[in-house]
Amino acid sequence: MTKQAIPASPIEADIETFGALVDKEPSKPPRSQWVDVWQQFRKHKGAVFGGGFLLFITLAVIFGPFLWDVDPKALDIRNKNWRPIYQLLFDSEAKAGWAHPFGTDQLGRDIMAQMIAGGQVSMAVGWLAMALALLIGTAIGIISGYFKKLDFWLMRFTDLVLSLPILPLTLLAVTLFRQPLNSRFGPEGGMFILIVGIIGLTSWMQTARIVRGDILALKEREFILAARSIGTRSGKIIRRHLLPNVISPIMVSATLGLATAIITESALSFLGVGFPSDFPTWGKLLSDAVSRMQEFPERVLLPGIAISLTVLSVNYLGDGLRDALDPRLRGR
Amino acid sequence: MLTFTIRRLLLSIPTLLFISMVIFLLLQLAPGDPMAQVPLTVPPEVKQKMREALGLGQPIYVQYYKWLIQFFWVEPQVFLDWATRETFLLGWLPDTNFSTFIDPDTGAVRPVQRTISWQTRSPIMDIVIQRMPQTLWVVGLSYIVGILIAIPIGIYSAYRHYSLFDQAGTFITMVGFSIPPFFTGPLLIVVFSVTLGWLPSIYDTTHVVTDWASFKVQFMQMIMPVMVLALQTTAQISRYMRGAMLDNLNQDYVRTARAKGLKESSVVMVHVLRNSMIPVVTVIALGMPAIFGGAIITENVFKVNGIGQLLLTALFANDLPMVMTLTFIFAIMIVLFNLIADVLYGLLDPRIRYD
Repeated sequence: MTKQAIPASPIEADIETFGALVDKEPSKPPRSQWVDVWQQFRKHKGAVFGGGFLLFITLAVIFGPFLWDVDPKALDIRNKNWRPIYQLLFDSEAKAGWAHPFGTDQLGRDIMAQMIAGGQVSMAVGWLAMALALLIGTAIGIISGYFKKLDFWLMRFTDLVLSLPILPLTLLAVTLFRQPLNSRFGPEGGMFILIVGIIGLTSWMQTARIVRGDILALKEREFILAARSIGTRSGKIIRRHLLPNVISPIMVSATLGLATAIITESALSFLGVGFPSDFPTWGKLLSDAVSRMQEFPERVLLPGIAISLTVLSVNYLGDGLRDALDPRLRGR
Repeated sequence: MLTFTIRRLLLSIPTLLFISMVIFLLLQLAPGDPMAQVPLTVPPEVKQKMREALGLGQPIYVQYYKWLIQFFWVEPQVFLDWATRETFLLGWLPDTNFSTFIDPDTGAVRPVQRTISWQTRSPIMDIVIQRMPQTLWVVGLSYIVGILIAIPIGIYSAYRHYSLFDQAGTFITMVGFSIPPFFTGPLLIVVFSVTLGWLPSIYDTTHVVTDWASFKVQFMQMIMPVMVLALQTTAQISRYMRGAMLDNLNQDYVRTARAKGLKESSVVMVHVLRNSMIPVVTVIALGMPAIFGGAIITENVFKVNGIGQLLLTALFANDLPMVMTLTFIFAIMIVLFNLIADVLYGLLDPRIRYD
């Protein structure tokens, strides 16, 4: 603006100033919070890999039986103790082949089919127990953060449950309630309900504490005051205003819950108090194979790697989610 | 601080009572029968008598009350008697005789009734004390090793944030966090015992260290269980350490310390480290109960006959008094170390005031 023309009238001058203020290019559409979260999440390589692997393993155990339709319980005693296919690389005489890529066990059951079936159980236990723990934890956290009268007692209760020795009590409960539930729902269904229930009932405390802390802080904010002053009922305030705001800590503790649930289920199976013996889960496959691991190390390795990779990917996913959902870290 | 400690101590009494009641009531639902192993030729009346001899005929509240008395009153008396009789520390005191009483009928001196195990019919506390050293050695040592590895890793990866070391350290701790001990245990056994043959796969608790050669055997057999457990501890504590260091490294007082010309080593190792240790020390204290609880799975993998293994066998054998006592001891430890962690936090961090 070296040579500025003198405007003829004041109105024209206004128009010119206004024109200078308008952006030259069209502005970007407003970004939603979840787009921001996704972009931050994408920067965390481990989290993306973790999420991808979790998705892959979940899909693999859901659709695996359709692609690899060998019955995991079918005995084939003539073809027992096959080695996995990669054994042919070191030893061309090994009993291995594409009929059983992961080999067969001492009764001739196909290990690949068992791994898929075991993964279904382990993942189902993990997801359901996590959902149960989240449900209880969120409910207790919200109630105790929102209603002052109940806060003291609910938090004392949470502290009390936190000071229970969890693994011994879990072992105890499994040995105690196995009989009645088995007679009610059958050996597999009863055990499934029992394990999901126990893991869910013993891992909600951290979620409850985190949610309560967040609710206590949110409750004092103006938008809650506004909502209350136009006569919104408590139930609606919780559903419309508080829950969406605590969704991020809940999601982070969901990933942690999934990881612990998978590990606890495998640990119970490993200690021999899990599912019945012919019912494969990853922990069960691992513990059955330990006694013969000198000759067949792959039978320990395969389920062990499956458990470890799943838990690792879930933990990385949680790490990435925590970073992505934290508005202070976002955009850095 | 003192009032806070006393208040918390008093509050922990009802907590512990409630926990013991929960465990006791849970155990009442147990379907097992201690007479299941007795031969079928024993007539039912005799079996009933044997059950009553174990204290099973009484109503539940009597059983619970008796257990409480035996745990909180009789066992300390027995311990005191033992301490004044045999230990060096209190042996100079006159021998006490709390744990015996004179039978009014015969006039003979008899020991008081202690909680006995249904498996072995011997006092539970004696078995626990027998098993304690193994657990303390293996699990306690692994905890110390884990902390000693974790703290330098945490410090260095926070100091060189986003460096290659930090990335690798974070990855390794994440892996340590994710691989369960029932996988690392067998894996190490396959590699180091079966393939390489360097280390024994079974922990021999009867081994006595007398000279250098036997010490070497002891050392070799401890490596694997200690490392399996230390991996978990390292993963957990180095994450906390790194987080705490990162929080403190950007504080204003660090800039002040650098601005007044302190050496980098004293800025990091004195100013930042001391402040970062506050949350880490509490985390370490919170992890302590696991030492006494024993690592059930690791003890099972390496056949260490410690507390965890004792609990597992007692559970499978339906030995309810043993399960009850052990679980309650774990609960005491958890409550106690929670209290210690809170008190430590208040002592170390002057910004926190409980009163």
